[in-house]
Amino acid sequence: MARISAGVATSHVPAIGAAIDNGRTAEAYWQPLFAGYEFSRRWIENARPDVVILVYNDHATAFSLDIVPTFAIGCASRFEPADEGWGPRPVPVVIGHPELASHIAQSVIQQDFDLTIVQKMDVDHGLTVPMSLMFGQRASWPVRVIPLAVNVVLYPPPSGRRCFELGKAIRRAVESFDEKLDVQIWGTGGMSHQLQGPRAGLINREWDNRWLDGLIAEPESVAGIPHVEYMREAGSEAVELVMWLIMRGALDQRVRTLHRFYHVPASNTAVGHVILENSP
Amino acid sequence: MALDKPYGNIPGTVIFDADQARLGYHLNQFCMSLMKAGNRARFKENERAYLDEWPMSEGQKEAVLARDYNRMIALGGNIYFLAKIFSTDGKSFQHAAALMTGMTQEDYAQMMLKGGRSPGEKR
Repeated sequence: MARISAGVATSHVPAIGAAIDNGRTAEAYWQPLFAGYEFSRRWIENARPDVVILVYNDHATAFSLDIVPTFAIGCASRFEPADEGWGPRPVPVVIGHPELASHIAQSVIQQDFDLTIVQKMDVDHGLTVPMSLMFGQRASWPVRVIPLAVNVVLYPPPSGRRCFELGKAIRRAVESFDEKLDVQIWGTGGMSHQLQGPRAGLINREWDNRWLDGLIAEPESVAGIPHVEYMREAGSEAVELVMWLIMRGALDQRVRTLHRFYHVPASNTAVGHVILENSP
Repeated sequence: MALDKPYGNIPGTVIFDADQARLGYHLNQFCMSLMKAGNRARFKENERAYLDEWPMSEGQKEAVLARDYNRMIALGGNIYFLAKIFSTDGKSFQHAAALMTGMTQEDYAQMMLKGGRSPGEKR
Protein backbone atom coordinates (compact mmCIF):
# COMPACT_ATOMS: atom_id res chain seq x y z
CA MET A 1 0.00 0.00 0.00
CA ALA A 2 1.19 3.50 -0.77
CA ARG A 3 1.29 5.98 2.08
CA ILE A 4 1.83 9.69 2.60
CA SER A 5 4.79 10.03 4.91
CA ALA A 6 5.31 13.77 5.09
CA GLY A 7 4.30 17.18 3.82
CA VAL A 8 6.55 20.01 2.72
CA ALA A 9 5.48 23.61 2.18
CA THR A 10 7.58 26.28 0.56
CA SER A 11 7.30 29.54 -1.34
CA HIS A 12 8.19 29.34 -5.02
CA VAL A 13 9.54 32.82 -5.90
CA PRO A 14 11.01 32.88 -9.45
CA ALA A 15 14.01 34.97 -8.35
CA ILE A 16 15.09 32.05 -6.12
CA GLY A 17 15.31 29.87 -9.23
CA ALA A 18 17.33 32.53 -11.02
CA ALA A 19 19.72 32.79 -8.04
CA ILE A 20 20.31 29.02 -8.14
CA ASP A 21 20.65 28.86 -11.92
CA ASN A 22 23.12 31.76 -11.98
CA GLY A 23 25.29 30.50 -9.11
CA ARG A 24 24.41 33.37 -6.75
CA THR A 25 23.28 31.40 -3.69
CA ALA A 26 26.33 32.40 -1.62
CA GLU A 27 25.76 36.14 -2.11
CA ALA A 28 24.92 38.15 1.01
CA TYR A 29 21.36 38.78 -0.23
CA TRP A 30 20.60 35.09 -0.84
CA GLN A 31 22.74 33.23 1.70
CA PRO A 32 20.29 33.55 4.64
CA LEU A 33 17.48 32.21 2.48
CA PHE A 34 19.36 29.13 1.27
CA ALA A 35 20.64 28.48 4.80
CA GLY A 36 16.99 27.90 5.72
CA TYR A 37 16.88 24.91 3.35
CA GLU A 38 20.09 23.14 4.40
CA PHE A 39 18.25 20.99 6.92
CA SER A 40 15.63 20.15 4.28
CA ARG A 41 18.20 18.96 1.74
CA ARG A 42 19.78 16.60 4.28
CA TRP A 43 16.38 15.42 5.45
CA ILE A 44 15.08 14.56 2.00
CA GLU A 45 18.33 12.81 1.08
CA ASN A 46 17.50 10.46 3.94
CA ALA A 47 13.75 10.29 3.49
CA ARG A 48 14.03 9.21 -0.16
CA PRO A 49 10.38 9.50 -1.19
CA ASP A 50 9.32 7.57 -4.30
CA VAL A 51 6.77 10.15 -5.43
CA VAL A 52 5.98 13.79 -4.65
CA ILE A 53 2.48 15.13 -5.26
CA LEU A 54 3.45 18.73 -5.95
CA VAL A 55 0.68 21.28 -5.46
CA TYR A 56 1.49 24.54 -7.21
CA ASN A 57 -0.04 27.13 -9.47
CA ASP A 58 0.63 27.87 -13.09
CA HIS A 59 1.49 31.54 -13.69
CA ALA A 60 -0.06 32.16 -17.12
CA THR A 61 2.31 29.58 -18.59
CA ALA A 62 0.57 26.30 -19.48
CA PHE A 63 -2.87 27.85 -19.00
CA SER A 64 -3.82 31.13 -20.67
CA LEU A 65 -7.28 32.63 -20.19
CA ASP A 66 -8.57 30.19 -22.82
CA ILE A 67 -8.82 27.39 -20.27
CA VAL A 68 -8.66 27.93 -16.49
CA PRO A 69 -9.04 24.67 -14.57
CA THR A 70 -9.57 25.05 -10.82
CA PHE A 71 -7.71 21.81 -10.08
CA ALA A 72 -5.63 20.06 -12.78
CA ILE A 73 -3.68 16.85 -12.22
CA GLY A 74 -0.78 15.94 -14.50
CA CYS A 75 -1.09 12.30 -15.55
CA ALA A 76 1.70 12.28 -18.17
CA SER A 77 5.00 10.40 -17.94
CA ARG A 78 7.04 13.61 -18.32
CA PHE A 79 6.69 17.37 -18.02
CA GLU A 80 9.08 19.83 -19.65
CA PRO A 81 10.31 22.94 -17.78
CA ALA A 82 8.50 25.87 -19.41
CA ASP A 83 9.91 28.82 -21.33
CA GLU A 84 8.41 31.67 -19.30
CA GLY A 85 9.75 34.35 -21.59
CA TRP A 86 13.49 34.14 -20.94
CA GLY A 87 14.09 30.50 -21.99
CA PRO A 88 13.41 27.37 -19.92
CA ARG A 89 15.24 27.01 -16.57
CA PRO A 90 18.27 24.70 -16.88
CA VAL A 91 16.69 22.00 -14.73
CA PRO A 92 15.93 18.33 -15.45
CA VAL A 93 12.74 17.15 -17.10
CA VAL A 94 10.13 16.25 -14.49
CA ILE A 95 9.25 12.55 -14.58
CA GLY A 96 5.64 11.79 -13.71
CA HIS A 97 3.91 8.78 -12.22
CA PRO A 98 1.04 8.11 -14.64
CA GLU A 99 -0.27 5.03 -12.79
CA LEU A 100 -0.61 6.73 -9.40
CA ALA A 101 -1.77 10.03 -10.95
CA SER A 102 -4.58 8.33 -12.89
CA HIS A 103 -5.52 6.34 -9.80
CA ILE A 104 -5.74 9.56 -7.75
CA ALA A 105 -7.77 11.28 -10.47
CA GLN A 106 -10.31 8.45 -10.67
CA SER A 107 -10.50 8.11 -6.90
CA VAL A 108 -10.96 11.79 -6.00
CA ILE A 109 -13.47 12.42 -8.78
CA GLN A 110 -15.51 9.62 -7.23
CA GLN A 111 -15.15 11.52 -3.94
CA ASP A 112 -16.81 14.57 -5.60
CA PHE A 113 -13.65 16.54 -6.51
CA ASP A 114 -13.88 17.17 -10.25
CA LEU A 115 -10.23 17.36 -11.28
CA THR A 116 -9.17 18.30 -14.80
CA ILE A 117 -6.93 15.59 -16.24
CA VAL A 118 -3.91 16.89 -18.14
CA GLN A 119 -1.55 14.88 -20.32
CA LYS A 120 0.37 17.76 -21.87
CA MET A 121 1.61 20.53 -19.60
CA ASP A 122 4.88 22.41 -19.32
CA VAL A 123 5.70 23.22 -15.71
CA ASP A 124 6.81 26.69 -14.65
CA HIS A 125 8.75 28.11 -11.67
CA GLY A 126 5.82 27.29 -9.36
CA LEU A 127 6.87 23.65 -9.62
CA THR A 128 10.56 23.78 -10.50
CA VAL A 129 11.70 26.26 -7.82
CA PRO A 130 10.54 24.02 -4.93
CA MET A 131 12.31 21.08 -6.64
CA SER A 132 15.55 23.09 -6.81
CA LEU A 133 15.21 24.25 -3.19
CA MET A 134 14.76 20.70 -1.90
CA PHE A 135 17.08 18.79 -4.24
CA GLY A 136 19.62 21.37 -5.43
CA GLN A 137 21.19 21.23 -8.88
CA ARG A 138 20.98 17.75 -10.39
CA ALA A 139 21.37 15.99 -13.71
CA SER A 140 18.04 14.28 -13.03
CA TRP A 141 15.46 14.56 -10.24
CA PRO A 142 15.65 11.69 -7.72
CA VAL A 143 11.88 11.39 -7.40
CA ARG A 144 8.81 11.07 -9.58
CA VAL A 145 6.39 13.98 -9.46
CA ILE A 146 2.64 14.32 -9.86
CA PRO A 147 1.89 17.97 -10.63
CA LEU A 148 -1.36 19.30 -9.18
CA ALA A 149 -2.02 22.77 -10.55
CA VAL A 150 -4.50 24.98 -8.69
CA ASN A 151 -6.01 28.16 -10.09
CA VAL A 152 -5.09 31.06 -7.82
CA VAL A 153 -4.71 33.64 -10.62
CA LEU A 154 -8.32 34.21 -11.69
CA TYR A 155 -10.55 35.01 -8.70
CA PRO A 156 -12.03 33.04 -7.05
CA PRO A 157 -9.52 30.30 -6.27
CA PRO A 158 -10.96 27.27 -4.51
CA SER A 159 -11.70 28.02 -0.85
CA GLY A 160 -9.32 27.01 1.91
CA ARG A 161 -11.95 24.52 3.10
CA ARG A 162 -12.24 22.94 -0.35
CA CYS A 163 -8.45 22.62 -0.58
CA PHE A 164 -8.23 21.07 2.87
CA GLU A 165 -10.92 18.52 2.00
CA LEU A 166 -9.23 17.74 -1.33
CA GLY A 167 -6.08 16.92 0.64
CA LYS A 168 -8.05 14.38 2.66
CA ALA A 169 -9.49 12.85 -0.51
CA ILE A 170 -6.00 12.59 -2.03
CA ARG A 171 -4.79 10.79 1.07
CA ARG A 172 -7.60 8.23 0.79
CA ALA A 173 -6.73 7.78 -2.89
CA VAL A 174 -3.03 7.22 -2.17
CA GLU A 175 -3.79 4.73 0.59
CA SER A 176 -5.90 2.66 -1.80
CA PHE A 177 -3.04 2.28 -4.30
CA ASP A 178 -1.67 -1.26 -4.16
CA GLU A 179 2.02 -0.65 -4.85
CA LYS A 180 4.21 0.06 -1.82
CA LEU A 181 5.27 3.67 -2.31
CA ASP A 182 6.53 6.41 -0.01
CA VAL A 183 4.62 9.51 -1.12
CA GLN A 184 5.14 13.09 0.00
CA ILE A 185 2.78 15.96 -0.67
CA TRP A 186 4.11 19.48 -1.12
CA GLY A 187 2.15 22.74 -0.95
CA THR A 188 3.81 25.75 -2.54
CA GLY A 189 3.40 29.50 -3.06
CA GLY A 190 2.99 32.43 -0.63
CA MET A 191 3.59 33.70 1.92
CA SER A 192 2.65 37.38 2.13
CA HIS A 193 3.25 39.24 -1.10
CA GLN A 194 1.60 41.66 -3.45
CA LEU A 195 3.04 42.06 -6.93
CA GLN A 196 0.60 44.61 -8.32
CA GLY A 197 -0.46 48.22 -7.97
CA PRO A 198 0.47 50.98 -5.52
CA ARG A 199 0.50 48.56 -2.57
CA ALA A 200 3.11 46.22 -4.15
CA GLY A 201 5.74 45.07 -1.67
CA LEU A 202 3.31 44.45 1.18
CA ILE A 203 4.63 42.00 3.79
CA ASN A 204 2.84 40.95 6.98
CA ARG A 205 5.26 39.03 9.15
CA GLU A 206 2.90 38.72 12.14
CA TRP A 207 -0.01 37.47 10.06
CA ASP A 208 2.20 34.95 8.23
CA ASN A 209 3.56 33.48 11.44
CA ARG A 210 0.15 33.32 13.08
CA TRP A 211 -1.15 31.55 9.98
CA LEU A 212 1.75 29.08 10.12
CA ASP A 213 1.03 28.32 13.79
CA GLY A 214 -2.56 27.64 12.83
CA LEU A 215 -1.68 25.55 9.78
CA ILE A 216 0.35 23.22 11.97
CA ALA A 217 -1.82 23.03 15.08
CA GLU A 218 -5.39 23.97 14.06
CA PRO A 219 -5.74 23.40 10.33
CA GLU A 220 -9.52 22.97 10.56
CA SER A 221 -9.86 26.54 11.73
CA VAL A 222 -7.30 27.96 9.26
CA ALA A 223 -9.25 26.23 6.47
CA GLY A 224 -12.14 28.56 7.27
CA ILE A 225 -10.22 31.79 6.59
CA PRO A 226 -11.91 33.56 3.65
CA HIS A 227 -9.94 34.67 0.57
CA VAL A 228 -10.51 38.33 1.33
CA GLU A 229 -8.53 38.05 4.59
CA TYR A 230 -5.48 36.67 2.77
CA MET A 231 -5.68 39.42 0.17
CA ARG A 232 -6.33 42.28 2.56
CA GLU A 233 -3.90 41.29 5.32
CA ALA A 234 -1.09 39.60 3.40
CA GLY A 235 -1.35 40.95 -0.16
CA SER A 236 -3.32 39.99 -3.25
CA GLU A 237 -0.93 37.17 -4.19
CA ALA A 238 -0.88 35.68 -0.66
CA VAL A 239 -4.07 33.84 -1.54
CA GLU A 240 -1.70 31.22 -3.00
CA LEU A 241 -1.48 29.92 0.57
CA VAL A 242 -4.74 27.99 0.12
CA MET A 243 -2.54 25.47 -1.72
CA TRP A 244 -0.71 24.67 1.53
CA LEU A 245 -4.04 23.47 2.91
CA ILE A 246 -4.18 20.66 0.32
CA MET A 247 -0.87 19.43 1.70
CA ARG A 248 -2.08 19.82 5.29
CA GLY A 249 -5.36 18.02 4.59
CA ALA A 250 -3.42 14.95 3.42
CA LEU A 251 -1.60 14.67 6.77
CA ASP A 252 -2.62 13.49 10.22
CA GLN A 253 -4.53 15.89 12.43
CA ARG A 254 -1.49 15.96 14.71
CA VAL A 255 1.85 16.14 12.95
CA ARG A 256 5.46 16.43 13.96
CA THR A 257 7.12 19.71 12.85
CA LEU A 258 10.58 18.72 11.65
CA HIS A 259 11.54 22.13 10.33
CA ARG A 260 10.16 25.66 10.17
CA PHE A 261 11.73 28.66 8.45
CA TYR A 262 10.63 32.21 7.62
CA HIS A 263 12.58 34.87 5.77
CA VAL A 264 11.98 38.33 4.26
CA PRO A 265 12.63 39.16 1.46
CA ALA A 266 13.08 37.12 -1.65
CA SER A 267 12.55 39.81 -4.26
CA ASN A 268 8.96 40.94 -3.42
CA THR A 269 7.97 38.06 -1.20
CA ALA A 270 8.03 36.62 2.32
CA VAL A 271 9.36 33.07 2.18
CA GLY A 272 7.90 30.40 4.44
CA HIS A 273 8.92 26.76 4.66
CA VAL A 274 7.83 23.87 6.88
CA ILE A 275 8.33 20.12 6.92
CA LEU A 276 5.59 18.16 8.68
CA GLU A 277 5.69 14.43 9.33
CA ASN A 278 2.88 11.91 9.75
CA SER A 279 3.22 9.36 12.51
CA PRO A 280 4.78 6.19 11.10
CA MET B 1 -28.32 39.52 -8.46
CA ALA B 2 -24.93 41.17 -8.32
CA LEU B 3 -21.93 39.10 -7.30
CA ASP B 4 -20.58 39.60 -3.81
CA LYS B 5 -17.26 41.47 -3.96
CA PRO B 6 -15.95 41.79 -0.41
CA TYR B 7 -12.51 42.65 -1.85
CA GLY B 8 -13.70 45.85 -3.52
CA ASN B 9 -12.19 48.18 -0.91
CA ILE B 10 -8.69 46.74 -0.42
CA PRO B 11 -6.40 49.76 -0.78
CA GLY B 12 -4.22 49.95 -3.90
CA THR B 13 -5.44 46.58 -5.13
CA VAL B 14 -7.47 45.37 -8.12
CA ILE B 15 -8.60 41.76 -7.77
CA PHE B 16 -8.53 39.89 -11.08
CA ASP B 17 -12.08 38.56 -11.02
CA ALA B 18 -14.55 37.48 -13.68
CA ASP B 19 -15.38 41.07 -14.67
CA GLN B 20 -11.72 42.10 -14.97
CA ALA B 21 -10.91 38.92 -16.90
CA ARG B 22 -13.69 39.66 -19.39
CA LEU B 23 -12.49 43.26 -19.83
CA GLY B 24 -8.87 42.17 -20.20
CA TYR B 25 -9.20 38.98 -22.21
CA HIS B 26 -7.51 40.24 -25.39
CA LEU B 27 -4.91 42.30 -23.49
CA ASN B 28 -3.89 39.22 -21.51
CA GLN B 29 -3.90 36.95 -24.55
CA PHE B 30 -1.66 39.47 -26.36
CA CYS B 31 0.70 39.13 -23.39
CA MET B 32 0.65 35.33 -23.71
CA SER B 33 1.72 35.65 -27.36
CA LEU B 34 5.00 37.17 -26.13
CA MET B 35 6.07 33.77 -24.79
CA LYS B 36 7.18 32.93 -28.32
CA ALA B 37 10.53 34.37 -29.40
CA GLY B 38 9.26 35.16 -32.92
CA ASN B 39 6.37 37.19 -31.56
CA ARG B 40 8.66 39.05 -29.14
CA ALA B 41 10.84 40.05 -32.09
CA ARG B 42 7.86 41.25 -34.12
CA PHE B 43 6.51 43.22 -31.15
CA LYS B 44 9.88 44.91 -30.56
CA GLU B 45 10.20 45.74 -34.25
CA ASN B 46 6.94 47.71 -34.31
CA GLU B 47 4.93 47.70 -31.10
CA ARG B 48 1.98 49.68 -32.44
CA ALA B 49 1.59 47.47 -35.52
CA TYR B 50 1.77 44.31 -33.40
CA LEU B 51 -0.82 45.65 -30.95
CA ASP B 52 -3.13 46.54 -33.84
CA GLU B 53 -3.35 42.83 -34.67
CA TRP B 54 -5.30 42.35 -31.41
CA PRO B 55 -8.90 43.42 -30.75
CA MET B 56 -7.85 45.49 -27.74
CA SER B 57 -9.27 48.89 -26.76
CA GLU B 58 -7.29 52.00 -27.69
CA GLY B 59 -6.82 52.66 -23.96
CA GLN B 60 -5.29 49.22 -23.45
CA LYS B 61 -2.92 49.69 -26.38
CA GLU B 62 -1.83 53.12 -25.13
CA ALA B 63 -1.22 51.73 -21.65
CA VAL B 64 0.98 48.98 -23.11
CA LEU B 65 2.97 51.46 -25.22
CA ALA B 66 3.46 53.69 -22.14
CA ARG B 67 4.30 50.64 -19.95
CA ASP B 68 1.69 51.99 -17.53
CA TYR B 69 1.10 48.80 -15.55
CA ASN B 70 -1.40 50.31 -13.11
CA ARG B 71 -3.50 51.44 -16.08
CA MET B 72 -3.19 48.01 -17.73
CA ILE B 73 -4.40 46.40 -14.49
CA ALA B 74 -7.34 48.83 -14.29
CA LEU B 75 -8.23 47.83 -17.85
CA GLY B 76 -8.30 44.11 -17.10
CA GLY B 77 -4.63 43.09 -17.20
CA ASN B 78 -3.37 40.52 -14.72
CA ILE B 79 0.15 40.83 -13.37
CA TYR B 80 1.23 37.29 -14.33
CA PHE B 81 0.20 37.98 -17.91
CA LEU B 82 1.66 41.51 -17.90
CA ALA B 83 4.93 39.94 -16.73
CA LYS B 84 5.42 38.78 -20.32
CA ILE B 85 5.71 42.45 -21.35
CA PHE B 86 8.39 43.41 -18.85
CA SER B 87 10.21 40.12 -19.46
CA THR B 88 10.27 41.03 -23.15
CA ASP B 89 11.79 44.36 -22.07
CA GLY B 90 14.42 42.43 -20.07
CA LYS B 91 13.05 43.82 -16.77
CA SER B 92 12.43 42.05 -13.47
CA PHE B 93 9.34 41.72 -11.28
CA GLN B 94 11.00 44.07 -8.85
CA HIS B 95 11.43 46.69 -11.59
CA ALA B 96 7.73 46.47 -12.43
CA ALA B 97 6.66 46.49 -8.78
CA ALA B 98 8.72 49.62 -8.10
CA LEU B 99 7.22 51.31 -11.15
CA MET B 100 3.66 50.60 -9.96
CA THR B 101 4.36 52.04 -6.51
CA GLY B 102 5.96 55.19 -7.93
CA MET B 103 9.27 54.44 -6.19
CA THR B 104 12.71 54.10 -7.71
CA GLN B 105 13.83 50.50 -7.98
CA GLU B 106 16.59 51.22 -5.48
CA ASP B 107 14.20 52.67 -2.88
CA TYR B 108 11.80 49.80 -3.44
CA ALA B 109 14.57 47.21 -3.00
CA GLN B 110 15.61 48.96 0.23
CA MET B 111 12.05 48.87 1.51
CA MET B 112 11.92 45.11 0.85
CA LEU B 113 15.25 44.57 2.63
CA LYS B 114 13.84 46.37 5.65
CA GLY B 115 10.93 43.92 5.79
CA GLY B 116 8.61 45.20 3.07
CA ARG B 117 5.68 47.57 3.05
CA SER B 118 3.96 47.60 6.41
CA PRO B 119 0.37 46.35 6.32
CA GLY B 120 -0.76 49.39 8.34
CA GLU B 121 0.49 51.81 5.71
CA LYS B 122 -2.24 53.75 3.91
CA ARG B 123 -1.95 53.89 0.16
